[in-house]
Amino acid sequence: MEPKFAKGGKLEKWNPFFESFSTLAFTPSHTTKKGAHIRDGVDLKRTMITVIFAMVPALLFGIFNAGHWDLAVELGNRDLPFWADQGEKIYRGALIVLPMIIVSYGVGLGVEFIFAMKRGHALHEGFLVSGMLIPLIMPPDVPLWMVAVATIFAVVIGKEIFGGTGMNIVNIALTARAFLFFAYPTSMSGDKVWMNGLGDKLASGAEMDGFSGATALGDAASFISDKPVFENLDSFTAQYSLWDLMMGTIPGSIGETSFIAIMIGAAILIFTGVGSLRIIASFFAGGYLMGFIFNLVGGNPYFEMGPEFHLMMGGFAFGAVFMATDPVTASQTATGKIIYGLFGGIIAILIRVVNPAYPEGVMLSILFMNVMAPIIDHYVIQANVKRRLKRVKTA
Amino acid sequence: MSKTVKLRKGLDIRLVGAANKVKTESPMPKTVAIRPSDFHGMVPKMVVKEGEAVTAGKPIFHDKYNPSIKYVSPVTGTLNAVVRGEKRRILEVVIDVAENQNFESGSPIDVASMSGDQIKELMLESGLWPFVRQRPIDVVADPSRAPKAIFISAFDSAPLAPDFDFVLHGKEKEFQAGLDAISKLTEGKVHLTLNGKAPADATFKGAQGVEKNKIFGKHPAGNVGTQIHHIDPINKGEFVWVLNAQDVAIIGRFFLSGKYIPKRTIALAGSEVKDPHYFETIIGANVSEIVKGRFTSDNVRVISGNVLTGDKIDADGHLGFYHNQITVIPEGDQLKFVLTKGWLGPGFDKFSNSRLFPTFLTGNKKFRLDTNLNGEERAFVVTGELEKVFPFDILPMQLVKAAITDDIDGMENLGIYEVAPEDFALCEYVCTSKIDIQDKVRQGLDLIQSECM
Repeated sequence: MEPKFAKGGKLEKWNPFFESFSTLAFTPSHTTKKGAHIRDGVDLKRTMITVIFAMVPALLFGIFNAGHWDLAVELGNRDLPFWADQGEKIYRGALIVLPMIIVSYGVGLGVEFIFAMKRGHALHEGFLVSGMLIPLIMPPDVPLWMVAVATIFAVVIGKEIFGGTGMNIVNIALTARAFLFFAYPTSMSGDKVWMNGLGDKLASGAEMDGFSGATALGDAASFISDKPVFENLDSFTAQYSLWDLMMGTIPGSIGETSFIAIMIGAAILIFTGVGSLRIIASFFAGGYLMGFIFNLVGGNPYFEMGPEFHLMMGGFAFGAVFMATDPVTASQTATGKIIYGLFGGIIAILIRVVNPAYPEGVMLSILFMNVMAPIIDHYVIQANVKRRLKRVKTA
Repeated sequence: MSKTVKLRKGLDIRLVGAANKVKTESPMPKTVAIRPSDFHGMVPKMVVKEGEAVTAGKPIFHDKYNPSIKYVSPVTGTLNAVVRGEKRRILEVVIDVAENQNFESGSPIDVASMSGDQIKELMLESGLWPFVRQRPIDVVADPSRAPKAIFISAFDSAPLAPDFDFVLHGKEKEFQAGLDAISKLTEGKVHLTLNGKAPADATFKGAQGVEKNKIFGKHPAGNVGTQIHHIDPINKGEFVWVLNAQDVAIIGRFFLSGKYIPKRTIALAGSEVKDPHYFETIIGANVSEIVKGRFTSDNVRVISGNVLTGDKIDADGHLGFYHNQITVIPEGDQLKFVLTKGWLGPGFDKFSNSRLFPTFLTGNKKFRLDTNLNGEERAFVVTGELEKVFPFDILPMQLVKAAITDDIDGMENLGIYEVAPEDFALCEYVCTSKIDIQDKVRQGLDLIQSECM
């Protein structure tokens, strides 16, 4: 079969297609030509699949959680026991999440293949991770066509125009989310999108008294608006206890709610070395620090909220573990990674707490730090250069 | 003031097939060859024609742009062929070995009464000079430069490398004579760096007139580049000369006897050879006598040198000028099914520096690795992995990127003058994106040499 796809063969144009699939099944017989005659077993496929494995706990919990709130809306009962009706919830959740994954991969890989064929190289593995990340950071109620549009935008504008995997400046999945966030704000924020079907049900005029579809973040942000949802911090923590936030039994984007599931992923990433411990740890440290500073300042319930709440609410943990650690867009030097993570965490909380228009500061913070990463690296590299130049003078 | 250096970074690749400490004298090979490509960047100018007789220690070609550097025949015989490649570039000069090896007669040379310049002159004339290499650029030393120091590593930490303590055991006199000669080549010190992990042989321990340093750590602790960086780093405009320990003994032999006898003890190692052990042979020797009948499988790669930096040769190819070992490993030109041996496999057969494979669980298990690339070439994506095996105060990824983009300023600032391609061999090994990093560094060095030297 291979000769048909080889250069000069009948199906030469489709070679990238053929190569991509054949290398999925078999590591090619390429041997070393120059330099070291033996090579490490690791390749980009194994690296990327590890990231996907790390996302599985968050994905599985996300499916269950989406199913739970779907059922809750259907029954009009916000206090539905979380762990009951498991089969039903998994089924409902799967119906919400799986189509999004299929659309994200289908559309994204389609675009990638067009570019791969145009450039004559095999598909690179980067999108395998982006394609999974995109559904995990979407609200459950987002229409599938929006997922498709956002994916196309992210792959083309975020990545391919820069030259493909490894060349992009900002994180692909966050580009998709940011695109939707600014293009279709009503589908990406507010208090109707976090539970599947809630928007439709309200639109049909159903009586949903006492049924709030907001996220913990949205409710918390209302503290600094004119109409706080909760009177004080105590009533907020009664609704969203630290335990709820840790387990993730709250509405939110599909993969972001469960702190525990994300931490399982973080453990996998850190243990295998695929995700940088420096970035993850410093990102959390930055967030905690900023939360602590707001604590000291005080003045309103949001400022007074314990920093540990900030780390578990919203997409902070998910962003720190799966988004900020993207090696292509993060800082590349060891010291740079720490600075990058620290500021990422600080800015995330800063945006979240001070600016009620953007309850989810993590997305903007990481995108901002993606852009800043080369500058951080520049200064770290200059420091190394200067230190080495100094050697001449002292010698 | 000798130094003790401890390295935390590095990687010992555990391979099957280390050479047993037994030495066999191999018969005189039928042919020997000198490969100009062993001396990077050198353009040979032949002085002997095909079919003419050559004598051991007499020049067969010299450096076209530096005619004082002469390359001599290791044996007496007839020049059989000048093998040429593209654009008539000389690939190999093959010499048929005569049955009677009448080495050029000579008498001992009194090093003590000679000046540095006289020794240099003699070494250039007698073909000993190519043993002296220079940093930066990692080429045969330019005799017109004054090196600030000379470095010799007393051990090789590369996978399956020969044990210099064994190889040079009992050759104290030759080694010392070599040291005496080369120490006159520099105003600075001669550094002999010993392996901190093992007691050194008397040859090294008893060496006089040198600065003895110790280095602890994994490979590339034995690389002279690592040692220079930690003991007396090279700054722009400075030169350091380096020699291989066995070559110092060859130089010593010349000064003791007046004859060029380029005999060397090499290790035959690797997972695909029966009874791996040491052989005494000659520089450029045809390896077929040594490897014949020793392969344990058919599809093998024969490497002159070690698995990280050596050159691929044929089973009847010739030993490289600087190489101290022959390594034989399996070719990896088979497809590997994803779930058994591919990227989703359990991977107990793979040696990885990352924790994506269970190598870290296997203790001291030794591996039989083949030449498969284990993946396809990709853009630089993963960060932080090169740093783990690169014990320099240099940012490896940034330097490699500067080399790839021909960024001369960047390379200078990031430390190109301190590195040789071999220092990046482990980086190349661990690279997830399967980039030929040594080749990129070499291209960067070539650019620096043509633009800044």
